[in-house]
Amino acid sequence: MEVGQLQRSFVEYMASLFREGFLDAQFSQLQQLQDDSNPDFVVEVVSLFFEDSERLLNDLTMALDQPNVDFKQVDAHVHQLKGSSSSVGAQRVKNCCIPFRNCCEEQNTEACLRCLQQIKQEYLLAKNKLQTLFDLEQQIVAAGGAIPMVQYSNDYGLSL
Amino acid sequence: MNIGSGSLVTVPSSTGSWKSGDVVSDQFPVGLRVLVVDDDPTCLRILEKMLRNCHYEVTKCNRAEIALSFLRENKNGFDIVISDVHMPDMDGFKLLEHIGLEMDLPVIMMSADDSKDVVMKGVTHGAYDYLIKPVRIEALKNIWQHVVRKRKYEWKDNNFDQSGSVEEGDRQQKPSEDVDYSSSANEGNWKNSKKRKEEEEEVEDRDDTSNLKKPRVVWSVELHQQFVQAVHQLGIDKAVPKKILELMNVPGLTRENVASHLQKYRLYLRRLSGVSQHQNGLNNSFMGHPDATFCTISSLNGLDLQALAAAGQIPAQNLATLQAAALGKSATKSAISMPLDQRNFFSFENSKLRFPEGPQQLNNSNKQIDLLHGIPTTMESKQLANLHHPSQSFVGMNMQVNSTSQHNNSVLMRLSQSQPRTQLLNGANNGSQVSRLPLSMQQSLSPVLTQSGIVDNARGSVYNPVSQASSMVDFSVNQSKELQSYNFSLGSNSSGMSSLTNQGMLQEEVNSDIKGSRGFPSNYDIFNELQPKSQNWGLQNDGSTFDASLHPCMQGTQDVSSQLLLQQGISSTHNSGQNRNAPIEKPMYSNGDEIGHSNTMCGSQLNSGGGNMLAVKAERFPDADHQNTNIREQFGRDDLMSAFLRQQASVGPVETEFGFDGYTLDNLPV
Repeated sequence: MEVGQLQRSFVEYMASLFREGFLDAQFSQLQQLQDDSNPDFVVEVVSLFFEDSERLLNDLTMALDQPNVDFKQVDAHVHQLKGSSSSVGAQRVKNCCIPFRNCCEEQNTEACLRCLQQIKQEYLLAKNKLQTLFDLEQQIVAAGGAIPMVQYSNDYGLSL
Repeated sequence: MNIGSGSLVTVPSSTGSWKSGDVVSDQFPVGLRVLVVDDDPTCLRILEKMLRNCHYEVTKCNRAEIALSFLRENKNGFDIVISDVHMPDMDGFKLLEHIGLEMDLPVIMMSADDSKDVVMKGVTHGAYDYLIKPVRIEALKNIWQHVVRKRKYEWKDNNFDQSGSVEEGDRQQKPSEDVDYSSSANEGNWKNSKKRKEEEEEVEDRDDTSNLKKPRVVWSVELHQQFVQAVHQLGIDKAVPKKILELMNVPGLTRENVASHLQKYRLYLRRLSGVSQHQNGLNNSFMGHPDATFCTISSLNGLDLQALAAAGQIPAQNLATLQAAALGKSATKSAISMPLDQRNFFSFENSKLRFPEGPQQLNNSNKQIDLLHGIPTTMESKQLANLHHPSQSFVGMNMQVNSTSQHNNSVLMRLSQSQPRTQLLNGANNGSQVSRLPLSMQQSLSPVLTQSGIVDNARGSVYNPVSQASSMVDFSVNQSKELQSYNFSLGSNSSGMSSLTNQGMLQEEVNSDIKGSRGFPSNYDIFNELQPKSQNWGLQNDGSTFDASLHPCMQGTQDVSSQLLLQQGISSTHNSGQNRNAPIEKPMYSNGDEIGHSNTMCGSQLNSGGGNMLAVKAERFPDADHQNTNIREQFGRDDLMSAFLRQQASVGPVETEFGFDGYTLDNLPV
């Protein structure tokens, strides 16, 4: 594919991610932080996020699998997941954390398990989307092009 | 992923060129040295990048322990710390306290949790700011303001302190024990002291009025341990900055340094044991703080108590109000909520302080009276403030001393007015009890108050002057627990102490709240802790402790008053000593030297103290002897009350005295 086309695809894809709520303004902040001294900043941070989230999701699964669920611990994990997902801009993942914490407060194992299920799904979706995005970026760079900057705006209107 | 490897970044050597406050280069705040602590690797990395983009020097770590060791190894290596609230190895607030105690750096908390109570916790623990995740770079760009602001206040504080002692001629009280620095400062030799400081690796003189740069004492682990040892050696109730300083024997360390550190330490201890108190106090604390003095009092925090005492200018009213406030608060809290640890620590025998109901009072009353007078209110202004509108009951107390028993009542009333007050009043029934109020504050106060029946009468009369105090005292409402005890002591001085007791009480309350409220917290914390002590002091009721405090009044027995003061942390300014002749308002007893100076002392102290009015360290009650005799006669609950009132009357227009002008400590850093 030629560079221009790749770039257009990239922009559209990015816009859709914003529009559909997979990513929010925070992701744009990350993009803005990337510069020549840290050219792979976004990828680096998102990778950190992936690693950390998978660890947390595993911990959550284990914690909820106990005969006596330690809800404080579960809540702590969810809290952290909320923090990291919000920091990278993974909005839908973050949004799943809020009801999850409520379930923890109510000490409702069933509800927590449902929340966990949902959050896993959202996480996998987000991971998928982001990886697609990064692949596109790589292709553009490989084709010699520059990665277009897509700004997030509140009304999901995107500007280039 | 484990950030472990990446988290420990070599700490850059102190490049903080702009760190020295005086040098504000064009590039400021470029180079701000930030330590960021977060167990979330993603956030940590993002923050690091953002801070770098702000041109700050960043060190990141993912464990609180590591962060602390960083800070300890590199004293003055950082300007500001940003920490997450929820961390696996240590609670973020705990880290915050450690840093505050040991390094005195501004700390910013952050969390994905934006619930009000957590944010409030940050405030009460002294966080300089609270950021909600996800943190935006814009939020980080301005963190330098906290560093500058803190420095500015510290500098001002130092200066104030110095100038206060030096310049206030009428500060007789200028505690002789004041650190040499003071004296040298008096000679306008601040620079010298500063120099001396600079030579000290660990201790930087804070008072470097000569230049903008505000040298800061770095409380290394060793230094802090020395400090703790000294405090333990002295006993919580006797742990006044001056003595601590002497025990520590660290050249270059000023009493002010110790005083402010002591405050923090007390706050820390309070937190340890009585976090719950905060909650109570929180609601109240912000109450009634109408008085500027009140605020100032809190700001006194750290200002030397002695100075305050010296100032002794604190109008009795102020003290009274403070005390009243304290009392009021304490009343509510009645149970000194002092955390157990603290209690032990301070071994105040809070219970002792409480007004001994009935018979005990009589015994105490003597003491109490003294207490009131010159309650050694070591109450630091803060505490007074904390006392939170002591004015209500407490103030009445002080003021009342002179006036008739009515005053007492009013004082008591005041106390009772505030919610806790009722308790006080109960206890304070005795006329003499007025002073007791503080005790009641704790819990016993109420009984005392009731005894004197002050509740009804006092309300009216006393209240006015007290109002001032009360506002101050209000702060402590929340804290009430501690404050109560504390205030109580203040107030207990029938003579003039009443206010003091309030303070004590308030202090507790304030302590918790103080932080939030305004500069007080720090002050109050100490008081709160002192509470147990104070109780002795003001609250004669409690009996034993009270006795001690009472004594001072009587004969200006220093020990007693000092005890009281110490315990209560009341910046004695209020102290009661004043009651005697002068309106009780001036409880400020600066180190009790001025025995006959009660009035002035208090007043001046308050004023001069610049907030630490209460810091009257175990001051004796200046007019102790005079009042003592009076009081003696009356000892006994009722007697005490009346004695107190009498004194009040003799003192003169109490009310007027009370205007806590003294409290307007403008330089009180918040």
